[in-house]
Amino acid sequence: MTDLRQTPAIPTGRSRRPRGRPLLYTSYAQDMALLDTPAKRVWTLVLIVLAFLLSAVLQDRSLEVLAGAYALAIGAIGLNLVAGYAGQISLGHAFFVAIGAYTAAALSGPPDGRNLGFGLAEIWIWLPAAGLVAAAAGVLVAPLAARLRGLYLAVVTLGLVFLGEHVFKEWDHLTGGPGVGRQAAVPELFGTRLDQDGLLGTREQSLYLVMLVLLIVFALAARNLARSRVGRAFAAIRDRDIAAEVIGVPLTRYKVLAFGASSFYAGIAGGLLYTITGFVEPGSFSLLLSVQFIAMVLIGGVATVSGSIMGALFIVLIQPLTRSLPALVPVISSDTTATPNVFQVETVLYGLLIILFLVFEPRGLYGIWIRVRTYWKSWPFSY
Amino acid sequence: MTGFIESVLRGLGNGSVYALLALGFVIIYKATKVISFAQPSLMLAGAVAVSYLAELTGFYLAVPLAALLIAGLALGIERVAIRPMVGRPVFVVAIITLGIDVVVRVVVNGFIGRDVRQMGDPWGFEQVSLGPLVVQERWLAMLGVTAVLVALLFAFFRFTRYGLAMRAAAYDQETALAQGVSVGAVFALSWGLAGFLAAIAGMFVGTGQGVEQLTWIIALKALPAIILGGLDSLGGAVVGGLTIGVVESLFQSYQGDVAPWLGQNFAVVSPYVVMLLVLLVRPYGLFGTREVERV
Repeated sequence: MTDLRQTPAIPTGRSRRPRGRPLLYTSYAQDMALLDTPAKRVWTLVLIVLAFLLSAVLQDRSLEVLAGAYALAIGAIGLNLVAGYAGQISLGHAFFVAIGAYTAAALSGPPDGRNLGFGLAEIWIWLPAAGLVAAAAGVLVAPLAARLRGLYLAVVTLGLVFLGEHVFKEWDHLTGGPGVGRQAAVPELFGTRLDQDGLLGTREQSLYLVMLVLLIVFALAARNLARSRVGRAFAAIRDRDIAAEVIGVPLTRYKVLAFGASSFYAGIAGGLLYTITGFVEPGSFSLLLSVQFIAMVLIGGVATVSGSIMGALFIVLIQPLTRSLPALVPVISSDTTATPNVFQVETVLYGLLIILFLVFEPRGLYGIWIRVRTYWKSWPFSY
Repeated sequence: MTGFIESVLRGLGNGSVYALLALGFVIIYKATKVISFAQPSLMLAGAVAVSYLAELTGFYLAVPLAALLIAGLALGIERVAIRPMVGRPVFVVAIITLGIDVVVRVVVNGFIGRDVRQMGDPWGFEQVSLGPLVVQERWLAMLGVTAVLVALLFAFFRFTRYGLAMRAAAYDQETALAQGVSVGAVFALSWGLAGFLAAIAGMFVGTGQGVEQLTWIIALKALPAIILGGLDSLGGAVVGGLTIGVVESLFQSYQGDVAPWLGQNFAVVSPYVVMLLVLLVRPYGLFGTREVERV
């Protein structure tokens, strides 16, 4: 016997909105879309076009700084996946970044050089490999991490950074040893070096474009992950892990997945980051790097992809500002041996910014943006 | 054999410093449920305070003065940065302490400068013979002072009103409030105690080799100690600290011969390996309370 009653069909496809009502959702697909309002679609496109145009406008030095910021942003998005979306606080991000950096460097390094190298300089080989090896390390750590919660987890991942630092300092065939370092990964696409003047313009211009394209790809991927079943499972675990388990979210599987995805992003960031300077030193993967990533996530906005990008840009762009302080405030010296010097001011600034944002604007730069947006959207009704 | 016992004694000496730091972590954790990542900076500040005060007042007066000074600093930090955060997620507060640590350390580094500051302590690297054993005096001083401090601390928690208040607040904050315990005062007291202990630990870290900008790293070894002992166990902190000290010292003495493939200075990271191994077996440490979860 068949049921003859007709249920009204829930519109599933992307249907059109009525004119002049940009915030009305008429279908589920519309509600779940990556960019769910026309304004978002337009402005994202404008921002992306602007970012590409910047490569033609800005000086090479600025482009180099921005390229670094984009690479760091990929890492920050990764940390946000595990710490922001899934709520598993990891202080060990620097460790996974290091694994990515060294995988990339070893694969692309010359096979007959002083350090370990396999001579596979093609970026499409070493970049995914850097991500995958880091992800494998993340998945290896995850079963241990899945048993722990909250601050226990933070301390354990902190231990990971110290262990990693030791291994990378000792394994000098791979890393060149502390103070010496080795050549970083060489970005080469189908035989063309991307870190030299070439088709895409100067060295800085082409590096900038590579980082920008990769950042867009990975940011979209992360946003897509966050709106999927997996992202919802992450959020459930973050909000109350036991409740999540009760409603049928397999905790261990999703925690492993969160660590794996986060480490993949960290590995990619590590592989890319050092192509700009062309040089990796094992001492750079210290606790400070982890804290910087935490600062990016917290300052940018927890559990938002755009926030991570803003946070990374903020942390990187604050450096030229502090470096110009000695000219403005004569008390602050640019000499590292004197106090107070710019580097100390910078470190204090990281600390203070983390504290100030957590106290006054827990949603970070993203929260400020939301507030500004709501103000203008509801103007003149400012309530 | 004497070599082995000497190594263990050195480990116990260093371990008692870790134990002091670990006690600070645990006291703050029990009161506020937060791991204070500001302990390293307080330790460094303590060591630097001793090194300056010792020039004015002599070493023995400088130590308690510096400890009180740092306790006061910790009280100030708690009042300004931690108390307003009551009720926020613990992770947020923990990250704030991380920020505080960075800030305080940079300020303290300004007082250290490029050189190594000496403590003006009477021990230095002097050695003393105990029968067939030859050990440095400072290991014994560390062990002795820590034993006294730990005894005093346990007596304080056991026999005084404030100790009782702290235990009550750690057990159940709301009920303690209902009984008239000032939980704010408990928070303050826990930070003050932690600052005091960290300053003493800093002084001991600085004996002999002096204090420099990188000394703060040593305080992080108290983290494996508290994880080993269990985050909320005072006894566990002492046991954990001593264990970590001995393990590290034994690795320092024997790893070069037994397992050279682990690389030089493996002893420095051995505490973290021990921590990971223990957590595989007991996720809440040796003496920590297993959380009972309700939705």
